[in-house]
Amino acid sequence: MTIDEIQQGIIEDFSAFEDWMDKYSLLIELGNELAPIDPKYKVESNLIRGCQSRVWLHQEFADGKITFEAESDALIVKGLVALLLKIYSNRTPHEILTSEPRFIDEIGLRQHLSPTRSNGLLAMVKQMKLYALAYEKISAKGN
Amino acid sequence: MNPDLFKIRKDFPILDQKVNGKPFIYLDNAATSQRPQQVIDRMNEFSHRFNGNIHRATHFMANKTTEAFEESREMVRNYLNAVEPAEIIFTHGTTESINLVAFSFGEAFISKGDEVIVTEMEHHANIVPWQMMCERRGAGLKIVPFGDNGVLDLDQIDTLITDKTRILAVTHVSNTLGTVNPITEIIAKAHLKNVPVLIDGAQAAPHFSIDVQALDCDFYAFSGHKMYGPTGIGVLYGKRKWLDLMPPFLGGGEMIDRVTFSKTTYNEIPYKFEAGTPDYLGAIGLGAAIDYLNRQDKPMIERYERELLLESTLKLKQIDGLKIYGEAPEKAGVISFNIDGIHPFDLGTLLDQMGIAVRTGRLCADPVMDHFGVENMVRASFAFYNTVEEIESLYIALIRLKAMF
Repeated sequence: MTIDEIQQGIIEDFSAFEDWMDKYSLLIELGNELAPIDPKYKVESNLIRGCQSRVWLHQEFADGKITFEAESDALIVKGLVALLLKIYSNRTPHEILTSEPRFIDEIGLRQHLSPTRSNGLLAMVKQMKLYALAYEKISAKGN
Repeated sequence: MNPDLFKIRKDFPILDQKVNGKPFIYLDNAATSQRPQQVIDRMNEFSHRFNGNIHRATHFMANKTTEAFEESREMVRNYLNAVEPAEIIFTHGTTESINLVAFSFGEAFISKGDEVIVTEMEHHANIVPWQMMCERRGAGLKIVPFGDNGVLDLDQIDTLITDKTRILAVTHVSNTLGTVNPITEIIAKAHLKNVPVLIDGAQAAPHFSIDVQALDCDFYAFSGHKMYGPTGIGVLYGKRKWLDLMPPFLGGGEMIDRVTFSKTTYNEIPYKFEAGTPDYLGAIGLGAAIDYLNRQDKPMIERYERELLLESTLKLKQIDGLKIYGEAPEKAGVISFNIDGIHPFDLGTLLDQMGIAVRTGRLCADPVMDHFGVENMVRASFAFYNTVEEIESLYIALIRLKAMF
């Protein structure tokens, strides 16, 4: 499935809910379901420290694709992290660089991507894109 | 006898609205307070009809604003019971006030090997400026610890003060623990050993009457926006004996006497410390806020706020797994807590969905977080326009939210 198709699926899942409580309950559920990051990757260099919550992001590059593992100490953020991994993990750098996580806005949670240093989500998305940019350059050099 | 909440809340139009479809319940007053209509009107009056830079011209507009600005200064002097208006310096807030003292007092009185004392419960604004100055001047920073109950270890003050101690900085009311520190006692201890004291009054000025002469503090700082005034304006009170000897902090217009390229001389206080065009509109707004407060029955308001804090403490303690940080015998304004198994960010986000505004995060007090070994907290903080019903709503919301986890 393309990134856009996955995003569309997420938007549809959430639009089933009118009530904010159901929306957040789903996010919390997704957060709870997200497999914890391997403890050996929960290191300072992978930590995106926000004032409101912390996010850890680990990545690996193989066969032209980047896989991400991530986690947060706040459940709602973890739920959003789970969704971001769903669209961005196991993708080529190009795919990552040419798409935006518009689903967050569409499911009415834009405030969680606010550009303050609060919950680490925006920083995490930026970091994912930086990795994609780096790997794209490395791949280009290799050719 | 309680204040007329109906009447008071009408003074604060912002309270009458829905947030996320729910009645707006504002419990983040320690971060900033709301403004009464009277303050908004006074500032609008000047924005619409009277505007001219202060102290700089002789025209009608300049006179109107200058008069109002200096009137505000006198109102602050009166509010703090300072000896003279020259001891009232307008700044942009508590943070700038403390930076001013740390810098200028540091320049005048602190040398290599000297010591500065702060406490473990301070807001970053009353830690970082001192750290920066100590690094510049080669001085050392010492810390008065607090116990898990949120009470300062006062005996430590006696131990920590040496003949190298040049100043002690302490908060009047803690923005995390709510502790009301016995500053009269602390100031007396420090003065016995000739150590001047700066008080961070940001969380106190909105709730108590302050008498700087009775306290005998050397410096007192507070912010306008935390006491129902506008943002961008704050106050530094300083005893003349210190301010006269301290060099300027910021340089520019107003703070000078005469400028030549070979030598520049400085103005007298307060202007020596008010470089550039001040936020005169903000100062006028602060004056209106003080005027508004002066018209309230202050003892009744104080009593009522104590009641709110008591009520919220009692209710929160009924919640399983909820831990309150700071239970000093004398507290004011704030109640910080965590609920087992629920991250403050999640709690704050969901409370927001229910129209309730609280603060979450590290509360600009990393050492307090470290003391309790937590990453963040939730903080509810009150003003005299909050109601017991709102506290009940917070309680019910928390119970409801607990069930989601």
